[in-house]
Amino acid sequence: MSNVAPLVFRHPLPIRLAHWLNVVALTILLMSGLQIFNAHPALDIGATSNFEHPLAAIGATGETPDRGYVEVLGHRFGATGLLGVSRFGGQPTERGFPAWITLPAEQDLATGRRWHFLFAWIFFANGLVYLAYGLSSGQLRRRLVPGVSELGHIGASIRQHLTLHFPKGEARYNVLQKLTYLVVVLGLLPLQILAGLAMSPGFDAFAPWLPEAFGGRQSARTVHFVIAALLVLFVFVHVAMVLLTGPINQLRGMITGWFAVRAEREET
Amino acid sequence: MRRIAIDRRGFLLGALALGGCSRVASSRVGQTSLQAGEDATHFVQRLLLRPQNLAREYSASAVSAIFKPNGSTDPQDATYKALVADQFAAYRLKVGGLVEHPFEISLDELRALPARTQITRHDCVEGWSCIGQWTGVPLRALLERAQIKPQARYVVFRCFDTMDDGSLTPARYYESVDLVDAFHAQTILAYAMNGAPLPVAHGAPLRLRVERQLGYKMPKYLSSLEVVDSFAGIDGGRGGYWEDNGYDWYAGL
Repeated sequence: MSNVAPLVFRHPLPIRLAHWLNVVALTILLMSGLQIFNAHPALDIGATSNFEHPLAAIGATGETPDRGYVEVLGHRFGATGLLGVSRFGGQPTERGFPAWITLPAEQDLATGRRWHFLFAWIFFANGLVYLAYGLSSGQLRRRLVPGVSELGHIGASIRQHLTLHFPKGEARYNVLQKLTYLVVVLGLLPLQILAGLAMSPGFDAFAPWLPEAFGGRQSARTVHFVIAALLVLFVFVHVAMVLLTGPINQLRGMITGWFAVRAEREET
Repeated sequence: MRRIAIDRRGFLLGALALGGCSRVASSRVGQTSLQAGEDATHFVQRLLLRPQNLAREYSASAVSAIFKPNGSTDPQDATYKALVADQFAAYRLKVGGLVEHPFEISLDELRALPARTQITRHDCVEGWSCIGQWTGVPLRALLERAQIKPQARYVVFRCFDTMDDGSLTPARYYESVDLVDAFHAQTILAYAMNGAPLPVAHGAPLRLRVERQLGYKMPKYLSSLEVVDSFAGIDGGRGGYWEDNGYDWYAGL
């Protein structure tokens, strides 16, 4: 017990609050978003929908027994049980995404929209407060912007990650972490809001350039869906990394702010 | 094993929280909270949108080959079927409510008024879009002719079609807009689509176009306009058929 790892104050309160509020908001946005998607489970490019040959779609064959499928660029893949046809209330039901991942569980576009837009506002306000704090305190630059020397070590960092030799318990983020967070925080999340707004007929009348920037309203809808998928991927990797690098220490860090540097391996 | 246990606990907590979500959504406080999102959107879009902000108008080449008809596409209501059989010769749009001069107007008289043609994108609440060309009379012209009273706040649109898809209580379709949208340059009562008389599937003889909102705000099969100061006493009291079934009254998002 002589080599107790020293604790450093790693995460200031505004960042911890923003983080956990985002956990709640993004979970609800994802689940209500899939509810909204289910009302028209197809994606297109351009301004308008192509009902006969969408870019991608989830559907059901309508046969007995009913089979669900995903169709991408004309190629069909069976997905019964998960997409197109899944069980709801014990019955096989035709729906895009299954009940366990949509909010509400039953098909209810109106309520799904209410959840989505309320938490979109909460998410937006949270992001503004986070950015205002991060920029004014210098935390954003200090935490997420890699220095030139760090960028020089990017190859080594990639090698470390690929061989699962992650830096554990360093006070600062490593260069890959910084770049990933930077892409998510300043890239994907703002882009996701803009893609969402580009689907609003009201906002489009205010900013007609916005849907055009995405290549049309249906393209913006596709971008919104793809970014949501990328954010889910990010969360999976993020949670996996937390589990692999000392989950107790990582969670304590994001809850209390205090983080043990050079933490001992959990396994030993 | 410990990590898996944490994982599972996290999952159970999540499941509990989401089970709570539907309870939240159906409670009165929950309803009010969820309503806050719509209120915020309505407030901000009203701040941002000036009357001169027009929905984008497209070129003729952008018109969709297939424009998906939605909601009622072939109303079976007796009054409506009689009008169709007669090719709408007996059709009269009634304009009334809080106006100085209520009046009725035939299709021929509407067609003789100065018209506006616009090629716009129709965005359905379900997520899809189509582009179509619409020709009709600016709603403003009819409201100016009727002279709305000072206490007027909304225009309610009554329709011939009864919505009955088996899942909701059958009811006549109706909708409403506030005076900001009622007097907007692109708000027209359309009698023609893509250069031809409005087809039954798209709301013959007359439908509303409110281009800065979603499709369900643009009722088809219009029978009358009523200028009101509140929605109290009108069907579900929320200003429209879909609104009475939980959808936002302000559908700009």
